[in-house]
Amino acid sequence: MKKLLMGNHTVSWGAMLARAQVIAAYPITPQTQIVEELATLCAEGKAKAQFIKVESEHSALASCIGASAAGARAFTATSSQGLALMHELLHWAAGARLPIVMANVNRAMAPGWNIWTEQTDSLAQRDTGWIQFYCENNQEILDSIIQAYKISETVSLPSMIVLDAFFLSHTTEPVEIPPQELVDKFLPPYKPQYKLDPKEPHAFGGLSSTEYYYELRYKIQKAMERAKEVIEETDEKFNQIFERKYGLIEEIETSDAEVILVTSSTITSTARFVTEQLRKTGKKIGLLKVRVFRPFPSSEIRDALSNCEKVAVIDRNISFGSGGIFASEIKSAIQKMGKQPVIFPFIAGLGGRDITVPQIEEMINYTFENAKPKEEILWRGLKYENI
Amino acid sequence: MKEKKIKFNKIGDLPYLTVSLGTTRVNLTGQWRSFRPVIDYQKCTRCMICWKFCPDVSVIKEPNSKKAAPSEKIAHLPAPVINYDFCKGCGICAEECPVKCIEMKPEKK
Repeated sequence: MKKLLMGNHTVSWGAMLARAQVIAAYPITPQTQIVEELATLCAEGKAKAQFIKVESEHSALASCIGASAAGARAFTATSSQGLALMHELLHWAAGARLPIVMANVNRAMAPGWNIWTEQTDSLAQRDTGWIQFYCENNQEILDSIIQAYKISETVSLPSMIVLDAFFLSHTTEPVEIPPQELVDKFLPPYKPQYKLDPKEPHAFGGLSSTEYYYELRYKIQKAMERAKEVIEETDEKFNQIFERKYGLIEEIETSDAEVILVTSSTITSTARFVTEQLRKTGKKIGLLKVRVFRPFPSSEIRDALSNCEKVAVIDRNISFGSGGIFASEIKSAIQKMGKQPVIFPFIAGLGGRDITVPQIEEMINYTFENAKPKEEILWRGLKYENI
Repeated sequence: MKEKKIKFNKIGDLPYLTVSLGTTRVNLTGQWRSFRPVIDYQKCTRCMICWKFCPDVSVIKEPNSKKAAPSEKIAHLPAPVINYDFCKGCGICAEECPVKCIEMKPEKK
């Protein structure tokens, strides 16, 4: 059944279809409709979930942690300042190995007070141990939430489904809503290995001296490494039932490309159009979409970039004192290659400023025309010439 | 309950999270104590202020107590009894006792 849904409502429907049992969330623009729709679906009895009204995002994740530890499927959603408020508990949820799924609407961090899209909020949490999916369209959001529960419950790590503010959250697209029976067939009920149970009481996550902590951290990294395979297997199983697949990355005309453009989130959507048009003019341009950022698909990216000369990366984020985050991780990943392509790290669209078709074209042409980038960071779309 | 030593041979044997094997039914946290409160029942008026202030629930009301009492008038009242399994020796009971009948004695090893 196809429904016209805005990105935020797609998140709600995804959580409902995945049979989230406990939903605790606090409103923040531009995520509010996720919570409103879930509250409505719960009130109408369509979503069989306990909805907890909490007083902050920190409490929201704390409630999810408690619920998940007790064996329930937990869901929350937030954005920028809210995600930042949850920060200590992001570490906790991953360290406690709880398969919580959270939707984060990418929004710029304040100050200045900006509600429009930027990837820094979720990327700033990249060290916490959460699996991260960057979605390009609303169908991908719905499908990724359903997949995420299966992946998280297999490797015992929480997942973050990331969507652009307004470009996805408030954009209405037709979304294929799978029947509940098919989702149930793909995603059985959650069976935790360890849970809070008065009949068999244990305390979890207690004092860990230097004797044991290190090994537990090693296990988390190993789980992240395993998550890469699990993500691909789950995608394959999803494809068999629902006839849609996404992968860790997506390569578009990369095999004979001289320059490959790397994008994520909705930038990919625009980039598809630009690269298609440029191909018609004879330019050997390819496009690489990075969907999964954690675990970072290093070997897949190395393979995708193995035949090209140059790589243009568009980052709608920045790590101050360093540069674009996707570019930095790609630079690390290509270290292992015999012949490394030259990376052109572009930053654009911070604070939700539009990344336009002409801008992407200029970035691609710049990359073709220059042997290497003329600056450490290639800023694009700034308003004033003299900085 | 008897303590059992668990040996891990490889990282795969470890649970992915610290898991306590029992509750405080087996983990008697009074072991943390360095000073223990001792009530002099000849002075204790059984006002129960120590019971009210204990932050741990380690002072128990003992009804029909056989403990000594300073006078017949109060001997029928429940007596405060320290639960040394969980008392951590914070000394709040001794501090708050209005007749100062609780002494904090060093825990002998």
